[in-house]
Amino acid sequence: MEALYLLIPLSVVLVLAIGAVFWWALASGQFDDLEGPAHRILMDDERADP
Amino acid sequence: MDPSLVTRHSSPGTAGAAPCACFHCGEPVPEGSRFSAVVDGAPRAMCCVGCAAVAQAITTSGLAAYYEKRSKLPQREAAADAPGDLAVYDLPEVQRPFVRDAGAGIRQATLLVDGITCGACAWLIERGLQRCEGVRGVAVNLSARRVQVEWDEARTHLSAIMGVVDALGYRTRGFDPAAGESAAARERRGMIWRLFVAGFAMMQVMMYAVPIYIADGDMSRDAEQLMRWASFTLTLPVILWSAGPFFRNAWRDLRTRRAGMDVPVALGIAVAFAASAWATVSGRGEVYFDSITMFVFLLLGARYLEVLARARAAESQQRLVRHMPAVAERLVAGVAAGGTERIAAARLVAGDRVLIAPGATVPADGRVMSGQSAADESLLTGEARPVPKHAGDVVTGGTVNLSGPLLVEVTRVGPESVLAGIVRLMDRAQSGKPRIAQLADRVAQWFVAALVAVAFATAIAWYWIDPQRALWVMVAVLVVSCPCALSLATPAALAAATGALHRLGILVTRGHALETLSQVTHVVLDKTGTLTLGRLALIGAIPLGGEAREAALALAAALERGSEHPVARALRAETPGAAQVRVEDVVNHPGLGIEGRVNGRRVRIGSPAFASGVNGRPLPSELLFAADEVTVAVLADEQGYLAMFTFGDRVRPGARRLVRELEAGGRTVCLLSGDRRATVEHVARELGIRTAVWESTPDCKLAYVRGLQARGAVVAMVGDGINDAPVLAQAQLSIAMGGGTDLAHASADMVLVADDLFRLSAAFDTAGRAMRIIRQNLAWAAAYNAVAIPLAVAGLVTPLVAGAGMALSSLAVVANALRLRPAAIAARLPPAARSAGGGALAAR
Repeated sequence: MEALYLLIPLSVVLVLAIGAVFWWALASGQFDDLEGPAHRILMDDERADP
Repeated sequence: MDPSLVTRHSSPGTAGAAPCACFHCGEPVPEGSRFSAVVDGAPRAMCCVGCAAVAQAITTSGLAAYYEKRSKLPQREAAADAPGDLAVYDLPEVQRPFVRDAGAGIRQATLLVDGITCGACAWLIERGLQRCEGVRGVAVNLSARRVQVEWDEARTHLSAIMGVVDALGYRTRGFDPAAGESAAARERRGMIWRLFVAGFAMMQVMMYAVPIYIADGDMSRDAEQLMRWASFTLTLPVILWSAGPFFRNAWRDLRTRRAGMDVPVALGIAVAFAASAWATVSGRGEVYFDSITMFVFLLLGARYLEVLARARAAESQQRLVRHMPAVAERLVAGVAAGGTERIAAARLVAGDRVLIAPGATVPADGRVMSGQSAADESLLTGEARPVPKHAGDVVTGGTVNLSGPLLVEVTRVGPESVLAGIVRLMDRAQSGKPRIAQLADRVAQWFVAALVAVAFATAIAWYWIDPQRALWVMVAVLVVSCPCALSLATPAALAAATGALHRLGILVTRGHALETLSQVTHVVLDKTGTLTLGRLALIGAIPLGGEAREAALALAAALERGSEHPVARALRAETPGAAQVRVEDVVNHPGLGIEGRVNGRRVRIGSPAFASGVNGRPLPSELLFAADEVTVAVLADEQGYLAMFTFGDRVRPGARRLVRELEAGGRTVCLLSGDRRATVEHVARELGIRTAVWESTPDCKLAYVRGLQARGAVVAMVGDGINDAPVLAQAQLSIAMGGGTDLAHASADMVLVADDLFRLSAAFDTAGRAMRIIRQNLAWAAAYNAVAIPLAVAGLVTPLVAGAGMALSSLAVVANALRLRPAAIAARLPPAARSAGGGALAAR
């Protein structure tokens, strides 16, 4: 049972941390473009132009 | 198969016998096309100059890798349009809505880009812009088709940046975030956040609550206390942030001495939280953090649905405003003919002449001076079919010019325009409330006041019975009751119905219109301009001599080619093939007819007497049968009579089905007209109207409607809005036919903007459904409260169950109101006037 004294505060901290991370992700535009990055990774930057 | 592979290998020489595809866009290259561009060191066939230019631009910027990377072909139209004059985008007033000044000469803008089809497009635009002098940053958003660009104003300009994107084959527009995301949308986003926080906290608080319930007192005191503190910590953000709107609304209501529905909610949450917090701190008593978080979460969910329903209704209105273009192409007065300049559309004034390219949006209301085209007015009328536009026709700002360039003289701008008028009418509708909603509001006030009183009385009573439980019974009473049907669902249902009708081309301009419409017993219709289109149309063409019907029509239309007489317009509208007939020496005899020479013979069209002058023969006997009320034109040559044409006012599409549908719904349809008996009887017979009154003056019409009302009828009058104003005002519900232009001044309760009269039937249908849903909601709320409140007073309901019951009841009521979605209503309307007969309706 002693584990509870560690686990419960830990869970509160985790919940707050997860909330904060999600908040940051949304605010910083991580979900703005769900399509583009998947393509962008495949685009080589340069190639020898003829 | 990957389309990019197809294009890469279908360059000239490898394509075989099949017509080869354009290397850039994949469209077939026309026979003998001379367009080509060098890509990857080899000449490639191009279908048009647009594609060639774009391919050239891509190659010379060193971005030919685009053709390897792309997985979808670009749209050809995007490439084929010649880029317009972009210099206008450097004007401060054009830039204001979407360009942000980041200081030190750095500017940022978000551009909407048409024509982005795959990841390679994003790559192309990003690389293309990054190579531009002065561009500091580019970010392409592929899902939203947007480009965010930051540049140094001292080194480059927005027009140059847009020019680069244009050259790569995409069309750009400024994106105004304020227009894209209205205040309501921002509020909606805030609500999602509140909902998310409440939901997340609810789940976690439940995690702490369940072990305590299961342990049922076996848990060590310290552990339980720890759980309580954890729950308290996670409930705090729910109270402070998620439940904020409830407290704010309740405080606002209390200050204005009203009893809104948020008062008991806020009170319940506050009392429950305060008591639970005290129990946590003191270590004695019950905690109900799980109930509080769940209650807030579910209630927010119901509110969110309601906001969503109203947003969807408001969307059709916002659509109107958002479609006004930012830029207009104005003819420069005094400069050599054809000179145009691009100016901000907001700077147009009446009298300006503007050129509207095909595909462009009409920037202001105006009259066509020259050009032939068709306009998409679906935004206004809900009618998908293009409306033909010729010289003299009226065009409305916000509609889309489809096929040909038009020269338009601006007649009205800004607040006088049709669009502004519509927005005003819709605002007026929203500011007025129907009686049922007013009643609901009043009842809700009393209900809430009574509820708070009952809650306190219950608390006092329980204090004598069991002081331990008094507080929680009170909280349960406060929370379990649900005035939501009264305060939330009625407005939501009305807004949804109004929005749905707007999409069908019916404007509701008064708050009471929907309620009255559902009670209408008698529908009185005016004839001219209402049941009929109010303009002359060809009814019959009877060949009299050797000429076939079509040939005679073509000949007549050719003779009338230069005339603006209504008969001439009606004839031309029927015979598109008239251009092939050559007519010489045309002489117009005003008031009589037209004479001309066709293949050497003299031909006349006009009144019977005038036509007989060309050959001097007695008029054909068929003419005797022509009734008084139709206009007759006779076509004759030197040898004899060729054909007789009759013209009359044609019945509006959908009129017959509307009458049938209304009668099937148990309503009486009457026809009131100032016309002659024969005409009115003819129309009434044709439409199946049993009651018709002819040769009635406006006073007669007024008396007739009063007579109906004296017998207890609820009368809906449908008229053209101008001639029938007194009668319209007398009827309980007035419906005006809005031909577009007089809309802004319409005083009617509803305006039918579409041409198809049958849509009124959808209005009756929708009004009936809206009222039915409101009544269902009220009945449900009454039944729920009648059961739940006594149970709560008796102490049989825990706060948890009370919160769940109330929130679920709210959800049920709002979800019921959501059934009035526009899509659901449009689906009930048969495929408009195109389908013959009313099979779909009969089956219903």
